[in-house]
Amino acid sequence: MKQGTPTMIGLRRREFLAGTALLLFSATTVKAATIAGRLPWAPNAGNPPPPIKLGPWEFFNGEEGRAMEALVDCIIPPDPETPGGKDAGCAVFIDRQLAGPYGRQEGLYVRPPFQAGLKNQGHQSANGPAQDYRDGLAAFDRACKQHSGGKPFAELFGDDRIALLKAVDKGELKLDGVDGKAFFTQLVKDAQMGFFADPIYGGNRDMVAWKMIGYPGARYNYLDWVNRHNERFPLPPVGMTGNAQWTRS
Amino acid sequence: MSRRLPRKDVVIVGFGWTGAIMANELTDEGLEVIAFERGPWRDAPTDFPPGYMQDELRYRIRHELFLRPDQLTFTFRNKMDQTALPIRSWGAFMPPNGVGGGGVHWNAEMWRFLPSDFVLKTHLTERYGAAFLPLDMTIQDWGVTYDELEPHYDRFEYLCGTSGTAGNLSGKIMDGGNPFEGPRSRPYPTPAQAQPFSHTLFGKAARELGYKPFPQPSGNLSQAYTNPLGMRLGPCTYCGFCEWFGCGNYSKASPQTTILPHLIRKSNFSLRDNSEVVRINVDRSGKRATGVTFVDSSGEEWEQQADLVILSAYTMFNVQLLLHSQIGQPYDPVTNTGVVGRNYTHQTISSVNGFFDNKKFNFNPFIASGSIGMCVDEFNGDNFDHGPHGFVGGGYVGQVQTGARPIESTLVPPGTPAWGADWKKAVKDNYLSTVKPGTGVHGSFYAYRDIYLDLDPAYKDRFGRPLMRITMDLKENEIKQNKFLTDKFAEIIKAMGAEKLAVQYRTAPYDITTYQTTHLNGGAIMGADPKTSVLNKYLQSWDVPNLFVMGASAFPQNAGYNPTLTVGALAYWSAAAIRNQYLKNPGRLVDA
Ligand SMILES: Cc1cc2nc3c(=O)[nH]c(=O)nc-3n(C[C@H](O)[C@H](O)[C@H](O)COP(=O)(O)OP(=O)(O)OC[C@H]3O[C@@H](n4cnc5c(N)ncnc54)[C@H](O)[C@@H]3O)c2cc1C
Ligand code: SF4
Repeated sequence: MKQGTPTMIGLRRREFLAGTALLLFSATTVKAATIAGRLPWAPNAGNPPPPIKLGPWEFFNGEEGRAMEALVDCIIPPDPETPGGKDAGCAVFIDRQLAGPYGRQEGLYVRPPFQAGLKNQGHQSANGPAQDYRDGLAAFDRACKQHSGGKPFAELFGDDRIALLKAVDKGELKLDGVDGKAFFTQLVKDAQMGFFADPIYGGNRDMVAWKMIGYPGARYNYLDWVNRHNERFPLPPVGMTGNAQWTRS
Repeated sequence: MSRRLPRKDVVIVGFGWTGAIMANELTDEGLEVIAFERGPWRDAPTDFPPGYMQDELRYRIRHELFLRPDQLTFTFRNKMDQTALPIRSWGAFMPPNGVGGGGVHWNAEMWRFLPSDFVLKTHLTERYGAAFLPLDMTIQDWGVTYDELEPHYDRFEYLCGTSGTAGNLSGKIMDGGNPFEGPRSRPYPTPAQAQPFSHTLFGKAARELGYKPFPQPSGNLSQAYTNPLGMRLGPCTYCGFCEWFGCGNYSKASPQTTILPHLIRKSNFSLRDNSEVVRINVDRSGKRATGVTFVDSSGEEWEQQADLVILSAYTMFNVQLLLHSQIGQPYDPVTNTGVVGRNYTHQTISSVNGFFDNKKFNFNPFIASGSIGMCVDEFNGDNFDHGPHGFVGGGYVGQVQTGARPIESTLVPPGTPAWGADWKKAVKDNYLSTVKPGTGVHGSFYAYRDIYLDLDPAYKDRFGRPLMRITMDLKENEIKQNKFLTDKFAEIIKAMGAEKLAVQYRTAPYDITTYQTTHLNGGAIMGADPKTSVLNKYLQSWDVPNLFVMGASAFPQNAGYNPTLTVGALAYWSAAAIRNQYLKNPGRLVDA
C-alpha cells in the first residue's frame, strides 16, 4: 500500500484495523461477519452429511411403505447378481428425502399467486414433493384396488404389477385427481437416484449399484490411471463413510 | 432507518471472480476497499474437503452451493404476450452464492473470445452485408477490441495457472493448439492436462475427418503452479467432482486458490459475508453514487458510503440492482428505447451421447476434470463461411466429459425402457462404454429486440421488491446454428466408433427447467453509444460515472465460448482504466 499518498477519490480517514489478525463480529448481528486481516478459521467448522437413521419409516405410513417397496422393486428388479430396489434401500432413500428439506420444498420460492403455467416454466404448485407423494400414492392405491379386486399393489404378483405400472406410465390408467404419468415418472427418477446416490442416504446399500456398473465411488485421485487407456479400473468402490469391509470386520 | 458505517473509498457488491479481482487491484492502489457478499464465507478445508465433497446428491442434485430461490429468483416467459411465472426451483442456470461466487463450483473451462467476436456487427455486415442478419437481431460491437484485451487475458490466465496448448503465438500458428484463436503474447503458463481414453479417441477421429483438435484450456491444473501473487496450486487428480463442486485439492483456479489468501492480509481490505446489498444509493442529481444499502443476516439494514461503487454481483443481479436502484433508463422493447435489460442472452447448448461396444471399449468415464476435453473450433464464430448456411454464429464442439457421476450418467441406448429389468441390464452393460459429453456443442446466442429483462408486475421478493422478469426464446437463427453444429459433432462421435447415437438438438421454446449453462449475458451492456449501452468501453456507467459494472452483463451478445476468461480480462481492463485514468480525474472516461 502506498502510505502517505492522498487517496485520489477524496481523502478519507483511514480506519486501520488494530493489528492484522482480526475477525470482527458486529455487535448486533448473529451471522454476518466482517472478515479482515486473515482467513477466518474455526475448529470443526466442516459440515459432513449426517447418515440417515435406520429404523421405521419417517414419512410413509405402513401401507404406503409396503406399496413403495413393491414399486421400487418393479422399477429396479432384483437379478442373480444385484439386489432390486427394495433390498438396495431405494424406498428408505425416498422416505428420508421426503421427510427432510427436499420433501418440504425448503429454500424454494413458494410465494403466491400460484397459476398453472407451461411445462417449460417449471413446477408451479404450492404442493411440494411430500404432498405429491401422499396424494399420488393414495390415488394409485385406489386405482390399483379397483383393477385388482380390492387388492393393494404389494399383494399383486409379478406380471400383474408390471402390467398395471405400464398402463400408468403410458397414461392409459388414470389416477383420480393426480397426473399419474407425471407421478410415476417422478417415482422412477427418485428410485433410480436412491439406487445410485452414496449409501449414506439409505439407498445403494453396500454400494450394490456402484459395483454393478463398475463405478469406484468417492475416490479422489486417478493420477496413476488417467493415462491407462481402455484398461478396467481395478479397485472396488468406496463411499463417503468408507468401504463396507473396513467398517464391518 | 438504516445505520451508517464509516465511509470507504470503494465498495464492492458481490465477491466472486470479478469482486476479488477488483478488490486486489484497487487495494494495490492504496484505496480502502470493503466488499459485501450475500452468501457465506467458503474455503476448501472446511467446505469441500475430499471426504465428503464427492456427494452427487448433495451438490449436484440438491444444489448445496447455490442461491436459494426463496432468497431471490426471477420470473420467466417465452414471449411478451405470455404471463411470466416464477422460477420456483433452478433449472436452466444456477446462480452462485457465497465467497468466491461461481469460481468455487465452475468447471474452469477457460476460453478467449475470437478477435471478430468483439466487432461482431461490423465484421458480419462487412462480410455478408446487412441484409444477411435477421431483422430483429440487435447485435453490436463491444467498444473494446481483442488487441486491447490481450494483455488482460494473459494476466488472468497467469493468475489461474491455466493449462493448455497455444495455437497462435504472436501470429505464428502452433501445432496441437487452436489455430483459430487470436494471437497470444506468450504460451499458457502450464501444459495441457492429460486426456482420458474417450477424449483422445475424439481427437483422433476429428483429426481423421480433417479437423484440428486441441485440448480445452483448463483452470484444473496439469501440474503444480505458483501464481504471480505467490499462491500455490496443486496438480489436479482427475477426481471427476468438479463442476457443481468445490475442489478439495487446491487444483482448480478460484478466488480462494488464486487471490484471497493474498488479498485478505492487506490492511486496507475488509469483507462482510452474509450481507445482501439491496440498493445502490445515488445523490439528488442522480449522477453520483453515494454508496450502498445492505441487509445483514438478522434482517438489519445498513448503509455503506463510498466514493466508488463496483457492481460485481453476476449478470442477473447486476441488472436487477440497477433496475431497483433506478440507475439508467429501463429498456422498452416496444418503443426500442432505454438500455437496462437490453440484449440479454444465454448459450445454445446440445449434445450427442455415443454408445460403444462394451467388449471393445472401456472409458473409465469417472476419471475426468471439470474442463477436460478435446475440442474443434472450425465451426465457432465466423471461422467458416456462413453464406451458404443462412445463419450466423457458431460454437466449439468437443468431447468434454467432466466425470460420469452415476445419478446423472447412467445412460441407456435409445429405445431401452426407462425402468424395469431391461433398463437395469442396459445400465450395467453401458456405463463404462458410453460417451456423454456434457456440453458437447457449445454455441453462441445472439441478441434480439424482444429478448430482455425487466421488472415483473406480479411477483415479489422477500423484501417486497418486484422480481426481475426474463422474456426469452430461441430464434430460428440459433436453432439452425445448433442443428448444423450438432450434426457435425454427431459425425465425429460416430467416427470414434459409436454403435448407437442419442442426438439431442436444442429446439424452441426455450425451456427454463433443463440445465444448459450458467453463462447468462447482457442486460447492462458495454458499447460506444449511451443510447444502446449502459456502460462505456471501460465498464463505467454512462449515467453514474463513479459506478463500474463487472461481469458478463456487459456482453452485447454471447459468443460460442464460456465467458469467464473474458469476464476476468474485462475486470483487469476496467481496473487498469480506474487506476491509470479515473483516479487522476474522477469523471466520465469517454465522452458521450
Ligand atoms: C456450475 C457452473 C459451471 C461453470 N463453469 C464455467 C466454466 O467452465 N467456464 C466459464 O468460463 N464459466 C463457467 N461458469 C460461469 C462462471 O461461474 C461465471 O462466469 C463467473 O463466476 C462470473 O463471475 P462474476 O464475478 O461475474 O460473478 P459470480 O462469480 O457469480 O460472483 C457474484 C457474487 O456476488 C454475490 N452477490 C449477488 N448479489 C449480491 C448482492 N445483492 N449483495 C451481495 N452479494 C451479492 C453472489 O452471491 C456471488 O458470490 C460456470 C458457472 C456455473 C454455475
Ligand atoms: S477434477 Fe481436479 S480441479 Fe476438479 S475438483 Fe477434482 S482435483 Fe480439483
